[in-house]
Amino acid sequence: MPFSAQPPASGEGYALSASLDNARHLSSLLRAVHFQDHATCLATASGLRVTVEDAKCIQANAFIQAEIFQEFSVQEESVMFRISLSVLLDCLTIFGTSSLPGTSTALRMCYRGYGYPLMLFLEEGGVVTVCKINTQEPEELLDFDFCATKVVNKIILQSEGLREAFAELDMTSEVLQITMSPDKPYFRLSTFGNAGSAHLDYPRDSDLMEAFHCNQTQTNRYKISLLKPSTKALALSCKVSIRTDAQGFLSLQYMIRNEDGQICFVEYYCCPDENITEAEL
Amino acid sequence: LSRIGDELYLEPTENGLSLRAVNSSRSAFASFLFAPLFFQLYEPGSAGPDAELFRCKVHMKSFLGIFRSLPSLEKSVGKCLILLKPRASRLVLQLHCKYGVTKTHNLAFQECERLQAVFDTQRCASRLCAPARVLAEAVVHFPLTLAEVTLGTGPGGKISLRNYVEDEAEPSKTMVTELWLAEDEFQSVAVAPGSHITFCLKEFRGLLSFAEASNLPLTIHFDKPGRPVVFTLDDTVLEVHLVLATLSDLESNSRSPSTNGVSHLPAPSDDFADDLESYMVAMETSEGGSGGPPSPTFPLRTPQPAESDPQEQEEGAVPGTPPHKKFRSLFFGSVMTPGRPGPATTQEVLAEDSDGEC
Repeated sequence: MPFSAQPPASGEGYALSASLDNARHLSSLLRAVHFQDHATCLATASGLRVTVEDAKCIQANAFIQAEIFQEFSVQEESVMFRISLSVLLDCLTIFGTSSLPGTSTALRMCYRGYGYPLMLFLEEGGVVTVCKINTQEPEELLDFDFCATKVVNKIILQSEGLREAFAELDMTSEVLQITMSPDKPYFRLSTFGNAGSAHLDYPRDSDLMEAFHCNQTQTNRYKISLLKPSTKALALSCKVSIRTDAQGFLSLQYMIRNEDGQICFVEYYCCPDENITEAEL
Repeated sequence: LSRIGDELYLEPTENGLSLRAVNSSRSAFASFLFAPLFFQLYEPGSAGPDAELFRCKVHMKSFLGIFRSLPSLEKSVGKCLILLKPRASRLVLQLHCKYGVTKTHNLAFQECERLQAVFDTQRCASRLCAPARVLAEAVVHFPLTLAEVTLGTGPGGKISLRNYVEDEAEPSKTMVTELWLAEDEFQSVAVAPGSHITFCLKEFRGLLSFAEASNLPLTIHFDKPGRPVVFTLDDTVLEVHLVLATLSDLESNSRSPSTNGVSHLPAPSDDFADDLESYMVAMETSEGGSGGPPSPTFPLRTPQPAESDPQEQEEGAVPGTPPHKKFRSLFFGSVMTPGRPGPATTQEVLAEDSDGEC
């Protein structure tokens, strides 16, 4: 049975009720998946998961564990709703986005249940803002069915090594080609743009490589426009794990350390692009 | 070089790698020659007795895109390998970065004819040499939008810089800025008194910032209005030339251009007298390789008499020149193989540069 958390201070039964001393812990993570206007929120006893999808090919999830919150209670087994992520972010950052040391916005989030709006109470320096954001019927989410047993190739890299590469990706290329192999070139990112092709090679013995488990040579192509938003998550993260399965589905998992040193995760799943004609190498 | 043109010409020579650019109206040309010693390894490839070293041009933007962020490049890139693969039609630039990471860029290139402006610094009547800083500090007084500036020599050996104002401009609505530099600000001054030239400041600024950054003195070679002005930077491993066309004076009709050593020249007939054009014609009629003292780095190209009328070539080479501007394009030598010091008969004439396009 779902546990019964402490009732919110107001005494009313909220389906979801949470408090966070520093709203940035939530807003920075949500920004890392903000490539579409709408997101689906799922709250369970473990925490909050915010999912954004596009083109039925890409899915990004931001996980904020219950432990990050000062208070987190979910009445039923799970609570799910669809909401405008743009509006949610605007509200969370209503006091501005610059992070002055010592100041932070406190957040209290309440959701009565199906059909009710999401209530946000934000406070900074004695000023309180109340926001009410309408919620919608959650849509069905993609299930990439990516589990550890199906992983063919996996590497874990320090994000520092990839940040610049992703920021400078040749956007005139339609695809980002990822090659993972137990042999050379080990891990290669390639683009095929107007100027010509570009390849970025990471050797398996590089200092950046934290783990290298490649069993099979795989080369897959993904639409670059879909993967480009993951740059935001990469910029926040300290490590990234890159995994592919037998069908070429890509999983990118970013380990993010917030201001207080707590760990959160963002992941991106992407389908390989099958409509590309043989690109020149 | 990107301030000059949209295409980067790469020309490996025995003396080093030459990177060049020209602007669309062919009134500005720049070249950077990196001596073999500049590189850790320099292999220009082999050229047979009848063949030339391979050269190509690439889009400036594509090339620059590889070296986008200089500060991060300095921190992360150990070395850069440049390979020209004619058979694969690719120019390969490989950056070896820290952590063992390798960035390989395969750029498409186009074959091209030799890009060469004809000029001779020895024949310039005037020469100035100054630290880049002095000129940069002088030029800062002019607005960034200013197109042309006039450099002149004045009494007492002073050098003046003045913004060029179009004749058609209203005198009451224009601001004139003029500044004078004393002779002692320059490292050397050897000028013909009363001379002046007007050239495009925008194109000069690019070279000036490079000179400042590399802390090299800048030498300015100039002659009469209409003759190109040549800016040079010299270093043990680098030679830079920027050749800009200069505005020709309307009053130069009656002047006899006798300094080029040719006995007689056709009298310019229209208002847009182009001393440069006359100079070209003079070159055409001179004999073989002994037509004039060769420039130390860029030997004069002497077209064979069978060449097409330079007038025609000249006009065809100036597609983008706006009518009211009196600049004319620099003469780009007919495409010839780089002459080894020796008799002109060993020179091969390649297809002439008929419309200025490579």
